[in-house]
Amino acid sequence: MKFRILPGLLALAFPLAAVAADNPELAQIRVQIAEMKTAYEQRIAALEARLAQAESSAATAATTASRAEQQVQQHARPRSEPLAPASAAAFNPEVSLILDGKYSNLSRDPASYRLGGFIPSGGEVAPPNRSFGLGESELAISANIDHLFRGNARFSLAPDNSIATEEAHIETLGLDHGLKLKAGRFLSGIGYLNQRHPHEWDFADAPLAYQAFFGSRLGNDGVQLKWLAPTSQFVELGLELGRGDSFPGNDRNKNGNGLSSLFAHVGGDIGISTAWQAGLSYVRTQPAGRSANDPVDNYDYRFSGDSRTWLADFVLKWAPNGNPAEQNFKLQGEYFRRSENGRLSVDDVGNAVALASDEDFRSRQSGWYAQGVWQFTRGWRVGYRHDRLDSGRIDNATVAAGTLPLLSAHAARGDALMLDWSPSEFSRVRLQFGRNDARGPGLHDNQLFLQYIMSLGAHGAHKF
Amino acid sequence: MRQWCLLLGLLWSWPALALNVLASVPEWGALAQVIGGDKVQVYTATHGLQDPHRIEAKPSLIAQARKADLVLATGAELEIGWLPLVLREAGNSRIQPGRPGYFEAAAQVAMLEVPARLDRSQGDVHAGGNPHIQTDPRNIQQVGAALAERLCELDPANAAAYRQNWGEFNRRWQEALQRWEKRAAPLRGVPVVVQHKAFPYLEAWLGLKQVASLEPKPGVAASSAYLAEVAMRLQAQPARLVLRPAYQPEGPSRWLSEKTGLQQVVLPFTLGGTPEARDLFSLYDDTLDRLLKGLQ
Repeated sequence: MKFRILPGLLALAFPLAAVAADNPELAQIRVQIAEMKTAYEQRIAALEARLAQAESSAATAATTASRAEQQVQQHARPRSEPLAPASAAAFNPEVSLILDGKYSNLSRDPASYRLGGFIPSGGEVAPPNRSFGLGESELAISANIDHLFRGNARFSLAPDNSIATEEAHIETLGLDHGLKLKAGRFLSGIGYLNQRHPHEWDFADAPLAYQAFFGSRLGNDGVQLKWLAPTSQFVELGLELGRGDSFPGNDRNKNGNGLSSLFAHVGGDIGISTAWQAGLSYVRTQPAGRSANDPVDNYDYRFSGDSRTWLADFVLKWAPNGNPAEQNFKLQGEYFRRSENGRLSVDDVGNAVALASDEDFRSRQSGWYAQGVWQFTRGWRVGYRHDRLDSGRIDNATVAAGTLPLLSAHAARGDALMLDWSPSEFSRVRLQFGRNDARGPGLHDNQLFLQYIMSLGAHGAHKF
Repeated sequence: MRQWCLLLGLLWSWPALALNVLASVPEWGALAQVIGGDKVQVYTATHGLQDPHRIEAKPSLIAQARKADLVLATGAELEIGWLPLVLREAGNSRIQPGRPGYFEAAAQVAMLEVPARLDRSQGDVHAGGNPHIQTDPRNIQQVGAALAERLCELDPANAAAYRQNWGEFNRRWQEALQRWEKRAAPLRGVPVVVQHKAFPYLEAWLGLKQVASLEPKPGVAASSAYLAEVAMRLQAQPARLVLRPAYQPEGPSRWLSEKTGLQQVVLPFTLGGTPEARDLFSLYDDTLDRLLKGLQ
């Protein structure tokens, strides 16, 4: 029976094959079969290769196993075993606490601190209180929220027992195309030092220029969008929009955007030992009735108008062979230029007299600082900072009449010299001498600070 | 119009031609290059004389991470001071931890010196164990096998090439391992002092016996009192060699060598650590050369 069917099938198949040569559909099927055949051959070859590999690694495993038996004292952890027992606590955010304390010796009363030639900012710019005191202790909490977002919060515990929300923001983790969005309260990405917290500063106090132009630093409630260019050269562009309720802006109870800033940073390496970054930033805001008190004369200053600040920054870090652990050098400088056009009112609070009411006011002011910090041996650094402020040009009738001593022309200079010791990455003790005439001509303040900065708990990587 | 579309398409697909790999240390960079061949473009974040714990999140690294399809890290917190920040700043979702574009070598091998207690007073301890896994060439093999699979997953079109390159390298590595182990026989049981706890894997591989470390605690520089104490201890329990990775300063081991007559041995630690350690093979050739020379 079988023998009869087979030739029959063959007989049937051959005419089919003959037809196939003419039928394009069948020809296509044959091509597909041929493709499948080659694909399977490739797969078999790959499997053979993997088999050979598996055999060779089995041989390694055998030798490793025999050796492992000899070395019983070696406490090896089998791979892929979890490091810690899984528990809900494993998802706790990274918490870190910065402890900062200072001893200050100041030749002039910090309560009478003001910057000669500049409208007061109302920010925390004065030197710390005399004698022993707490600096700003910081509590930071951060964690990835999910696969898309990361959250950061940072609270500062001031010596007067008040708590301030320095930062509380979310940021995207993988927006792709080099984009990154931040929302909430954050330190602005302008300049270089602005987004660094006081514990990351190389000196005990902020440069005079930061005090004069941003009331120590520019923070904002708003959104930030950053874009990183797809190039080997680091190029970053950023845009921020926000409420602008802090100096040089103020809270205006108004819908929409209150402060815009734009910044661009470029950076790269020079050889293996040097890395650098430079940037240009622009901040614009329109304060309305921005008021602050001058503590010496007890005058209230109120400004409304347009405020624009340009900021150029540069930092260069050098370490022999790119190895900063033993020796390294950091050079950093920033230049500020601000123009304000608008109207100024000044009240003598003590005598309840208006000295100026809604007068034309224009100012062009500038300032800069440059500093170098050299780590000469493991754990020890010395640093020097030079500060300059120029009250520049102020066009205002009351100022011209000499009624406002604070705003008389002044070019301030400051110098600071520091030595610090860091037994580990988590602790630092610093001694700093400073001298500046920021208050006005001839009003020199000699300062001595002895400071510790210690960090507890998780301590994330610092920015460049 | 069509030409423009074609050109635009070409430009768009341009970065996809080679897989961009950002390796934290030279050994993983070299391994990726061996397995990837001309299908990958490797950028190595550090070189042989840099302390991988201590580099910074430099702008150049952020720019490289932005372009990377795969980040090769050692893991076990070796890069904790800079890599997390670089990854977050890169605006690149492919290389975030947990994604196929993020590969940790330490997850592929058995870790040593996993601390039982985590406390910063114990020095620079790594919760995941000692991260210097590359001093044992058998670990290179395990990492390589996993890396080859990862490359195949990321770039299936070139999977055959990756498997072939890996198979070939693995065969040569197997031969080299036998050669090295034969040469290293005289090193078994030799007592050594280390300047930094950088060599537990090397000690485990060659059977060296560590009798002292010149760091009182990992990552903490030795005081002269501590060094004197070590010198005292070595009188009771003598050692033959004092080992130091090339990226560390000479001071402590030279002092000990002058004091006790111990032979100083500088080990390349990674590619480029010494002029002789040019590739993965010569790294271990040179390591053995230097250890054996120290014994003479």
